[in-house]
Amino acid sequence: MEWEAVIGLEIHAQLATRSKIFSGASTDFGAEPNTQACAVDLGLPGVLPVLNKEAVRMAAKFGLAVGATVAKRSVFARKNYFYPDLPKGYQISQYELPIVAKGKIEIELESGEHKTVGITRAHLEEDAGKSLHEDFHGMTGIDLNRAGTPLLEIVSEPDLRSAAEAVTYLKKIHSLVRYLEICDGNMQEGSFRCDANVSVRRKGADKFGTRAEIKNVNSFRFVEKAINFEIERQIELIESGGQVVQETRLYDADKDETRSMRSKEEAMDYRYFPDPDLLPLIIDDAFVEGVRKTLPELPDAKRERFVKDYGLSNYDASVLTTSRELAQYYEAVVKAAKGEAKLSANWVMGELLGALNKENKDITQSPIGAQQLGGMICRITDNTISGKIAKQVFEAMWAGEGDADAVIEAKGLRQVTDTGAIAKIIDDVIAKNPEQVEQYRSGKDKLFGFFVGQVMKESKGKANPGQVNDLLKQKLDNK
Amino acid sequence: MHTLSIAEMAEGLRAKKFSSVELTDAFLARIAKFDKQLNAYVTVTADQARAEAKKADQRRTKGEDGPLLGIPIAQKDIFCTRGVKTSCGSKMLDNFIAPYDATTVAKFNQAGAVMLGKTNMDEFAMGSSNETSFYGPVRNPWNTKTVPGGSSGGSAAVVAARLAPAATGTDTGGSIRQPAALVGITGLKPTYGRVSRYGMIAFASSLDQGGPMAPSAEDAAILLRAMAGFDPLDSTSMDKAVPDYAAQLSASIKGLKIGLPKEYFGEGLDGAVAKVIGEAIEQLKKLGATVHEISLPNTGLAVPTYYVIAPAECSSNLSRFDGVRFGYRCKDPKDLHDLYKRSRGEGFGAEVKRRIMIGTYALSAGYYDAYYLKAQQLRRLIKNDFDEAFKKVDVIAGPTSPSVAFNLGEKTADPVTMYLSDIYTIAVNLAGVPALSMPAGFANKLPVGLQLIGNFFDEGRLLNVAHQYQLATDWHRRIPAEFA
Repeated sequence: MEWEAVIGLEIHAQLATRSKIFSGASTDFGAEPNTQACAVDLGLPGVLPVLNKEAVRMAAKFGLAVGATVAKRSVFARKNYFYPDLPKGYQISQYELPIVAKGKIEIELESGEHKTVGITRAHLEEDAGKSLHEDFHGMTGIDLNRAGTPLLEIVSEPDLRSAAEAVTYLKKIHSLVRYLEICDGNMQEGSFRCDANVSVRRKGADKFGTRAEIKNVNSFRFVEKAINFEIERQIELIESGGQVVQETRLYDADKDETRSMRSKEEAMDYRYFPDPDLLPLIIDDAFVEGVRKTLPELPDAKRERFVKDYGLSNYDASVLTTSRELAQYYEAVVKAAKGEAKLSANWVMGELLGALNKENKDITQSPIGAQQLGGMICRITDNTISGKIAKQVFEAMWAGEGDADAVIEAKGLRQVTDTGAIAKIIDDVIAKNPEQVEQYRSGKDKLFGFFVGQVMKESKGKANPGQVNDLLKQKLDNK
Repeated sequence: MHTLSIAEMAEGLRAKKFSSVELTDAFLARIAKFDKQLNAYVTVTADQARAEAKKADQRRTKGEDGPLLGIPIAQKDIFCTRGVKTSCGSKMLDNFIAPYDATTVAKFNQAGAVMLGKTNMDEFAMGSSNETSFYGPVRNPWNTKTVPGGSSGGSAAVVAARLAPAATGTDTGGSIRQPAALVGITGLKPTYGRVSRYGMIAFASSLDQGGPMAPSAEDAAILLRAMAGFDPLDSTSMDKAVPDYAAQLSASIKGLKIGLPKEYFGEGLDGAVAKVIGEAIEQLKKLGATVHEISLPNTGLAVPTYYVIAPAECSSNLSRFDGVRFGYRCKDPKDLHDLYKRSRGEGFGAEVKRRIMIGTYALSAGYYDAYYLKAQQLRRLIKNDFDEAFKKVDVIAGPTSPSVAFNLGEKTADPVTMYLSDIYTIAVNLAGVPALSMPAGFANKLPVGLQLIGNFFDEGRLLNVAHQYQLATDWHRRIPAEFA
């Protein structure tokens, strides 16, 4: 009998606020340990939290972007547990009444099919600090810089049916939060992390199997591997007569396996209760409408517009809208290229993304600006250079040798469009190759390409290919 | 000098009869002389006090003035004071030097008040007799064999014995009013949200409120004006203008409707206390007030409700004392678990542990609905009682405590008996309304406090009624003979 996996994700997105969710300390990453933790973050006796309104705005923005309800009243609760990097002995989170509920997002599966994934809720909470177990010989170092950084925990419905689907969904949310400019999405620095709830059941069964929660998997690749490992583990376990136990498991990337962290029996009782230091969060319609006005065009809408307005294929439009910055870049190129949408798409997706990938850069780090690239495309369309020569211009621009015009000028790459000059080259080529001329004229049509090549070579690639064709034909055919 | 009211002290400073340094020295001398008998101060900040007094005198020379400029006060050791030990009466914080000032402390500093020291208190404000303090019990100046009440017992004792002109207190279930009653001073618990809780070490966040403790309502009015007001650092503080309480004191109370809740005069109330309260009410009638019997039907639920909510919140609030970042840490912890277990086991006293355990239990999965949620529902009923009552009357009057000060050790063996000594004060915290206790006479040679409860933000009226009563009586001027 066939098995089916049931997966739900809990994504933690660090909100890109300048200060922490309940204090004025900076949220910058990478500072010296414990230099960005104020009295509130340290949980000193007597301190109190004050909610950062910007975090609320960002959470609401996410809610609107996934068509969710932004709660008029939500409540902060304390999640109580002891851990050295949790300064107060409780984490301020939202429990029964989250700020965002009942959203959904559409993902495109490999088959091309579309699937709607439900978003149960998204709630605001504070991050904990970090425990550093290395470097301290038998002791643990505590860095509280991260303590109090705002998180949006985005909980999906158990709607995902494979590791690939889970990753597609994760990427979609990743792209969305960056579109919304509420999270930098940096997975290495931990600004975007995810836990996966995985269970398996016989295909067609209506009940879910017992789930295991896989903690903190911090790259798209590991999410896929961890989930696949877990699905296999559970299937094998059941097929060999065992039972899946509800537990928390940790993914070990080095060994590519998940292993038990704590079972349900050991699960902590977090003793949630409403935080008496914070009043219920009341959001009025005006606030929500204000946030709605700041919503950018979302990825799906942008993709559809690219197809419609620029005549791009669905695939090209998808690639160009994977990030807001890339889409912005592309549109700037099109504008600078005076509307040459298709050619712009080819250059951005081909040459540019290729070069960026090679150097492990993203679009924001491109050494070639959109204006520059658009300017170069203009020189192609106005016949100043050919597409082939353009590659040389591109490389020069990448190396920082200036705009297309400057490069064309400096390197003398201007296309030769002077009929007289081209005719002279053709005459030379004809004169130098009498044998081939004879053969061509006696019916060996294929040799036409040889003449084109020779002329282009003589012109150092600069002769206008169309003109070369026309003139060559004239001269060869009219003996 | 120590018998002057705050207003009189300010007048003296203004008229250059004495300087703040002289005034401060006078109180420091009294502390040196008398505090051994009382154990009311945990820390006396003599040098800092003299320096602050000097600064206040300089500010005055430069033309500054203010009702608290140069006036010495004592701070309950629950308020964080920068650079000064803030122990909260606990071994857990015996080594804790606060790196910041509580908002209340900052406000007093700004007003130019001079801090004499930090007063003893029940550990983490949990207690009604000041016997749970790590620093030992405070003694009642009227009879040093008896307790001063708690948890603000140190503040109460220093004011009663005039080892400070006034002091701050905090009140979660009666911790300002009950000790004020037991030592014969005036203590006010403001409306929840009136005074910032920032820097006031939390016991039960939804109930805690700081307030003034002073000989008279007039003094308390001056202190409250300085303490009250919105604080952007406390989300539960109310953004509401602070009235000039002192300016409201002189209004006549003719026609004032006083409600006497029948539940506050029933079984459990000491007969001698009842008699004194009766006389005080007669006095208020003489001043033109009318008296009406009312009912606060859910009074009986207050103590059980409180002993779910307050421990629940404290169990969470006190989690930060884990031996990791500050406070007591056990010697040579074997591992993390050992660090937690012993640091907390050795750092907290029995009453604190008891409440952490009660609270942890009440919040546990499977018990939350039956205890915490139920208690929240009852809390609403209790608040409704007050809402209903204030539709009929202006203030509610009754005893602050069912008995006068009891002997040291008398109730420590039975926590529930101890808890019941707050039976008349606790409902006020659950409802969030303001209340004060003022001296109304003596029973068995020990002070009796009359409690006045007001509607939300009606502190001005409570102080007005108390002041009018104090104009007609002199109980608030009595000082124990030993400390005269």
